[in-house]
Amino acid sequence: MEAAAATLVTGLVLGGMYALVAIGLTLQYGVARIMNLAYGEFVVAAAFAALWLFTSLGVSPLIGLALVMPLAFLANWAIYRIFLTPLVRRAPNAGALETDSILATFGLLFVVQGVMLALFGGAYQSYSYLSIPVEIFGATITANRLVALGFAAVIGGGLWFLLTHTRTGTAVRAVAVNPAAAPLVGIDMARTAALAFAAGGAVVASGGVLVSTFLTFNAAMGVVFTMKALVVVIMGGVGNLMGCLVAGLLLGLTETLVASFVDPGLTLAATYGLFLTILIARPAGLFGVAAR
Amino acid sequence: MSNTALAIVLAGLAAMAALPFLDTGFWLALAISIAQYAVLATAWAMFSGPTRYVSLATAAFFGIGAYTVAVLGEVLPWPVVLLVAGVIGAVLSLLVGFATLRLSGVYFVVFTFGLAELIRQLVTWFEVNVTRSMGRYVFVEITQAQIYWQLLALFGALLALGTWLARSRLGFALHVIGEDETVARHVGIDTARAKVALFALSSVFMALVGAVMAPRWTYLDPAIAFNPSISFTVLIMALLGGTRSLLGPLLGVVPLALLFEVLTARFPNHFSILVGIVFLLVVYAVPQGVSGLLARLRRGAPA
Amino acid sequence: MSAALQSQTAPLLRVEGLRRAFGGLVAVDGLSFTVHPGEIVGLLGPNGSGKTTALNLISGALAPDAGRVVLDGRDVTGLPAHRLTRLGIARTFQLVRVLPGLSLNENVVAGLAFGREPAWGAEARSRAATLLTRVGLGGRDNQPASILTYGDQKRLELARALALSPRLLLLDEWLAGLNLTELRGGIDLIASLRDEGCTVLMVEHVMDAIRALANRCVVMNAGQHIAEGPPAEVLADHAVIQAYLGDDDA
Repeated sequence: MEAAAATLVTGLVLGGMYALVAIGLTLQYGVARIMNLAYGEFVVAAAFAALWLFTSLGVSPLIGLALVMPLAFLANWAIYRIFLTPLVRRAPNAGALETDSILATFGLLFVVQGVMLALFGGAYQSYSYLSIPVEIFGATITANRLVALGFAAVIGGGLWFLLTHTRTGTAVRAVAVNPAAAPLVGIDMARTAALAFAAGGAVVASGGVLVSTFLTFNAAMGVVFTMKALVVVIMGGVGNLMGCLVAGLLLGLTETLVASFVDPGLTLAATYGLFLTILIARPAGLFGVAAR
Repeated sequence: MSNTALAIVLAGLAAMAALPFLDTGFWLALAISIAQYAVLATAWAMFSGPTRYVSLATAAFFGIGAYTVAVLGEVLPWPVVLLVAGVIGAVLSLLVGFATLRLSGVYFVVFTFGLAELIRQLVTWFEVNVTRSMGRYVFVEITQAQIYWQLLALFGALLALGTWLARSRLGFALHVIGEDETVARHVGIDTARAKVALFALSSVFMALVGAVMAPRWTYLDPAIAFNPSISFTVLIMALLGGTRSLLGPLLGVVPLALLFEVLTARFPNHFSILVGIVFLLVVYAVPQGVSGLLARLRRGAPA
Repeated sequence: MSAALQSQTAPLLRVEGLRRAFGGLVAVDGLSFTVHPGEIVGLLGPNGSGKTTALNLISGALAPDAGRVVLDGRDVTGLPAHRLTRLGIARTFQLVRVLPGLSLNENVVAGLAFGREPAWGAEARSRAATLLTRVGLGGRDNQPASILTYGDQKRLELARALALSPRLLLLDEWLAGLNLTELRGGIDLIASLRDEGCTVLMVEHVMDAIRALANRCVVMNAGQHIAEGPPAEVLADHAVIQAYLGDDDA
């Protein structure tokens, strides 16, 4: 019973992280229409940044969050403006942009991964922050996981508030729903897309920092994060924040269940299993509406 | 390609088969590397070129072929091992194809993106839990020259297949699908079946290359066999060469195989960064590939 | 003439209670009608009344939520587009779709190679050339489709549909956007198809064309069947006028 409770709480924490990371991706793909395959590399890069800040400068990851997020926002803004805008300009249609962005970010993936390998090597890394056992619902987990979950909820909730209660947020949502009609109501597409891409980048970086407080990671792990975030986004329906949350939690729980009761080596298989089920049963996602 | 052109190219391949009699060291190793990528990139372009579905799963099929040899190489006669590798590659590609190719291209990309990693984890799990042995020694009596000849033969077969395909209804169907999938369905093309069929053909060749290359390693484990950089290298070569014509990818394979040879030798620690940069240059500067550039120059349009 | 046809023959196409919703919007709602062999039936209605969705349901581009599509006595409801095409349903598209990277001849060969009476190689090329001549694009076989004018793209699309040897031809606003000369040529072309015994279901806003071509009209509004009959009667029908004018007022 206690094992089950622990699994549940661990699964929820992991799922919350996946949801947060996927929310960033859904902003980039759903609004800026960039299928970013280098996405997971930015999770890992943020994790390394938090590690370096903590071990070298003694900066707590929570303060690190306040440093890394704005930096990631600027970096992703620059990436969009410098690298991706030319692709947007030359693409004759949405399909061509999708292919081009897949290729460009696939290249970027190897550059970022290469830089991290050169800086930090290929070994697994971790650091100890707030690893104090806490009891919750009869399960014992470390405090850092709870803190991470709390911050993920705050960041996700804050983003949701910005999207639903501000003018810019409404513009972002409008582009996600109907990119063809958005310019007709005076929305600056280039600016909105860059903003969404940058905001997505900041969210993913926050995910990386939070994950680094309780998971071991290495420079080659990005692909797995990208894969999981993509599956969550597709499961939840592209551009759908609530879908991300539900699908992320579902994936986190499934993985933790598989890892605890079957074999930790099969978590990616579990991800694929979920993905396949969705592809066959509901290709438009759990909350998606089939296109006309 | 016309029959004459195909005959000339095949004769050229036959002439190149003499290489191992001249050198069995550096030049043969380089030729093996080029021949390997020539088959992989051409097979990749055969599916992804006309359909415009970007497959990131080359490493998965290559790895399956290589690992099949690691498991069965000592048990079965060599031709049977190759056959098994091809069959496993075909079965996997059919599974992936039927699950994803009915849907929009993005699902396919996402699915193939993590496929090599998935299979690597599954094979690792199987080895740890069932056979209880990680990693295997590959003891097969195959010389470097034999590897080279097999790759040349595969390349020849692939070019013949491609030439046939270009004139066949299946090839034309894929061309129509690449132009407009909705129209394709409304002229009676079973689009899912056509795409899956070609994906399977292309994947079988990738699995066979993996199997043929396996004896180059004396020791194989899942991490070596399912090395994701193969997907990446093949993709960039095919893109640089251009995917519109059968020999297009070759124009990317030769220069990049040479470049990578230099890069691995001189900058082993920064290989990934440099290759990534080369990749980005190709995507931004040569979107139609070298063969696309040449075609435009021939037509007299500004390139 | 059309009444006589109807009493003598079984319908080629029978649509029964067809329904399709997108989220909360019911685009086609309980639509029923028949098309008899040799007839030209006009499918009319104001914008957004569900005509194109109805064609998409019949051609297999979409699957219906409820209802049946029966082709020559055979239930074909929900079959994918390529199977319906091979059973003899060909269509053109509201936003004209040619294959821009292919030549004119190859565009038509695309219709010949996989259809009901497939042809390939030299035979297909020569049949394609004949069809191109038939729609007024003769001798331009090797030109790329990307350079065609809008009107010529429409002709090419029709040639591709005819290449499928259709038993039922679905035209989705095939005459829309043509200039006056092209329009006259287009009407003559469809009339000549009718004279050869081709069965046509056409969505059309050009009323002159409907009057000149259609034996019968089915009128839709808000996804539902509201009137049916010969063009002159239907276009004078009170409910039909209201549907159109109501739409104009809004």
